[in-house]
Amino acid sequence: MAEVQEKVETKVREPKEPLFSKKNKKLITDPLTDNNPITIQVLGICSALAITAQLKPSIVMAISVIFVLGVGNVVISLMRNIIPSKIRIIVQLVVVAALVIIVDQVLKAFAYELSKQLSVFIGLIITNCIIMGRFEAFALGNGPWKSFLDGIGNAAGYGVILIIVAFFRELLGSGTLFGFKVLGDPIEKTGLYAFGYENNGFMVLAPMALITVGIIIWIQRSRNKALIED
Amino acid sequence: MGLKKKLHELKLKYKDKKMAPAFNAFHTFLYTPNEVTHSGSHIRAVDDLKRTMNTVIISLIPCLIFGIFNAGYQHYSAINGFPQDFSLFRDFINWDNFQLGAITVLPLVIVSYVVGLTVEFIFAVIKGHEVEEGYLVTGMLVPLIVPIDIPLWMLAVAVVFGVVIGKEVFGGTGMNILNPALTIRAFLFFAYPTWMSGDKVWVHEAVDRAGTPDAISGETILGGLAQNKDILVETAAKGQEVAYTISEAFYGFIPGSVGETSKLLILVGAAFLIFTKIASWRIILSGFAGAAAMGLIFNGIVDAGWIEESSKFYGLMSTPFWQHLIIGSIAFGVVFMATDPVSGSQTNKGKWIYGFLIGFISILIRVFNPAYPEGVFLAILLMNVFAPTIDHYVVQANVKKRMKRLKVKTA
Repeated sequence: MAEVQEKVETKVREPKEPLFSKKNKKLITDPLTDNNPITIQVLGICSALAITAQLKPSIVMAISVIFVLGVGNVVISLMRNIIPSKIRIIVQLVVVAALVIIVDQVLKAFAYELSKQLSVFIGLIITNCIIMGRFEAFALGNGPWKSFLDGIGNAAGYGVILIIVAFFRELLGSGTLFGFKVLGDPIEKTGLYAFGYENNGFMVLAPMALITVGIIIWIQRSRNKALIED
Repeated sequence: MGLKKKLHELKLKYKDKKMAPAFNAFHTFLYTPNEVTHSGSHIRAVDDLKRTMNTVIISLIPCLIFGIFNAGYQHYSAINGFPQDFSLFRDFINWDNFQLGAITVLPLVIVSYVVGLTVEFIFAVIKGHEVEEGYLVTGMLVPLIVPIDIPLWMLAVAVVFGVVIGKEVFGGTGMNILNPALTIRAFLFFAYPTWMSGDKVWVHEAVDRAGTPDAISGETILGGLAQNKDILVETAAKGQEVAYTISEAFYGFIPGSVGETSKLLILVGAAFLIFTKIASWRIILSGFAGAAAMGLIFNGIVDAGWIEESSKFYGLMSTPFWQHLIIGSIAFGVVFMATDPVSGSQTNKGKWIYGFLIGFISILIRVFNPAYPEGVFLAILLMNVFAPTIDHYVVQANVKKRMKRLKVKTA
């Protein structure tokens, strides 16, 4: 008898989802692969072109976006019932702007050189379509925990592509990884350079970032035919 | 007959297997295929894609041979000085020049074809379709438009890039937006600028001689003009300074990319292509017209005195408009690259606009951007992108015109 009553009770109460249920996990893993913001939704391309010439700024950028989108999604989700829908874009902008300024100030204080390298692009996180897109599409309609996972997932999906692109661009364009000369010294002609190898200057230019993203999209869609749209 | 039969048997043996396209390609490249269409109405003509491609290659062969001799001529002239009274057979067409040219130019041709066709075969096998002939012409064009000393591995990387990104991602031959040969050159130009521009890459081993006291650098005419040097002279008085006459530039005894120096042979190739109706005379003619128009505008600016002689653009702006057609590689670009039937405009009116803008923009880039002394490849790539748009508006205009006519009739 007792057992039956418990069952009834749980049915009356909303069945509580575990923190990392299958559905919640999908919120993180989906944007990493089959619903990647860059390769599938084709958002946030501008910064992917601008700062991926080297690995270090790309990783800082990825972490910054993870922070901004994760926290921002939670904040918007908490306020979702009190934001008048007419001015929601302004509210969203204020939230992003506040978070971006925090990131910018932290970078200026603790990593001045990097922040100079990233220059305007940290500020331009505000205009990153992925962030406003997730606020609009997800945080306004879901609870804070789910929104948090969604934010982290999408930002990580963005970051993964950034890092892959930056890896190839830095390795082939400058012959370095994180600034270490992994292929030898181009001036003293050591390592690969002794055999006549030369850095590919095209990789450092923005068009090659676009082409690299294109190649990633190509590989991804040829492995998973379901992603090909007409 | 033996080989044909063997290939045919191999083809039958590998039918419906993965490697089938590869055997089929060899078979049909060497021989006329046995299978012909039997049913329905088909136009049976000899000029299939392969024949078209081969015609273009034949028109390029004079340029290639000239390029081989010129490579040797430039090299030995840079070492020994230019001959005082030039005689064609003594100083140009001789064994030394041929030997040096052959060992420097032929590897470029071989690498271009081997790498390009390998990529084509791999894609054909993966996709399971027939090998396309598109690379036959590209493979010939590529060695003609690169500097002589370009390292072979760079060429190979660029060819892979050009064929994959310039062509295969769009669906292969006939579907490409950009001219693959120019995509390869653009890749080389932006990836390895030190090997593709400047004054020391155009003559064999000029880089190594750069330090020696009486080295002749082997600068191109355009490079010299962009620095306001008197590199184009009236008479062939060879003093200390290296200078060329316009007739030398026309015949092609000047440094430059391998196959683009001789305007005479390019015109011969153009005549052959127009005669066989493979290249569009509209594009060639309007290309030259566009270049001349831009040249005239610049000449007009100089005549009006709007530009000072100390200006860095003066050298190229004051070059007479007809000389603009002869110096640089605009002739090669307009005749062999712009006329690519796939990436160019398709409509007749569109071809006029397309060709004119190529010439126009080429000279514009040439004069105003000293970093790109030759802008013709950029101009053609740009117009490749716009060619479908031009066609669209030409077709729309025609539709509109005919609709009007229809309305008049019904009204």
